[in-house]
Amino acid sequence: MNIFEHTLLIGLGSLLAGFLGALTGLGGGIVITPLLTVLFGVDIRYAIGASLVSVIATSSGAAAAYVKEGFTNIRIGMFLEIATTVGAVVGASAASRLPASAISVIFGVVLLLSAYASTRPAPQESLDGGPNRLAERLKLDSTFPTLQGMKSYHVRGVPAGFSLMFVAGTLSGLLGIGSGALKVIAMDQAMHIPFKVSTTTSNFMIGVTAAASAGVYLQRGYIDPGLTMPVMLGVALGALLGARVLARTRTAKLRVVFGIVVAVLAFEMIYHGVTGRI
Amino acid sequence: MHKPAVAWTDQRVEYIVADLLRAGVLLAASVVTLGGIIFLIRHGSALPQYSRFVGEPLQYRTVSGIIRGSATFHGRNIIQLGLLLLIATPVARVAFSVIAFALERDRLYVVITLIVLAVLLFSLVGGHV
Repeated sequence: MNIFEHTLLIGLGSLLAGFLGALTGLGGGIVITPLLTVLFGVDIRYAIGASLVSVIATSSGAAAAYVKEGFTNIRIGMFLEIATTVGAVVGASAASRLPASAISVIFGVVLLLSAYASTRPAPQESLDGGPNRLAERLKLDSTFPTLQGMKSYHVRGVPAGFSLMFVAGTLSGLLGIGSGALKVIAMDQAMHIPFKVSTTTSNFMIGVTAAASAGVYLQRGYIDPGLTMPVMLGVALGALLGARVLARTRTAKLRVVFGIVVAVLAFEMIYHGVTGRI
Repeated sequence: MHKPAVAWTDQRVEYIVADLLRAGVLLAASVVTLGGIIFLIRHGSALPQYSRFVGEPLQYRTVSGIIRGSATFHGRNIIQLGLLLLIATPVARVAFSVIAFALERDRLYVVITLIVLAVLLFSLVGGHV
């Protein structure tokens, strides 16, 4: 297989990953690394570099649509980005110190957890606990549009949410993923932020978090132009198409199928890591 | 009588940010595509070697190296310039937010946003960490 054929196949695989990632809400970035390592035999360091860059493309591309819906809370996002960006730099530096086999096993475990989380029903909207002093000082409380007009909400659990965001950033930097699921859990469960606000603000934060680790990856030589080119273009285009189709598709069955694919890839990564074939 | 200035509300800032992000991604994707075409025409028939990690050569690793190298019109170098533009897009967004919060006279958030910007710039040009 020469570079032309290799590029074409990786581009098509990335297109599919971006498409399914957008449809199922799992994100395309999370399957890129297993796809590249397990199916194409790419070294995991080049794979996470390419995956991370594609995460920036999808997050920034989708942010435009989300922001205009009026759900994104720019202050919550910016404040929590202190935690995610510092975490991302820590994670990216750890990635270059850990052996490839360890990263592969951690990746597999995180992949399994995300597949599991995505099949669970959406949790109950948490109750508004009223004003919280720290959240008020940080001006995190805001309003969001509902069918009944603008609804105000109060944020709480700021230290817990901030800590979880550090973990999300570290995983993002270590594995080259967006960590969107964990970011949503931190905001929705720990900080009692309405679900719609959590998901859109999470997407808004993913790009900035990924840019923080991308700087480290770039200087470490993880970002290969020839490999990243088809991955980034494929995932971005796939995500764009997925978002278009999303409105008129029922995704319940698709989520199960995609969840199974992700689980199989996760076991492959753990197996490859444990047997040292990576 | 002069027109009243449009207030710098969060809403307005978010709209500008959204356009900024989309423009950044489009520009980056165009540059990457251009570089990709040149790369495939010149090297499409060679054999790919991604299974063993050797790390990228120095001219593809640093901001200054990539910018200097892109003048040579090598496919890989142009792709890397496009990827650098993509990485710079969220950084530009954060930089813009600093200005927006300053115009809103929100000092707390000017400081918070400057911290985020500092971390981003440190990771991009700060050398090995």
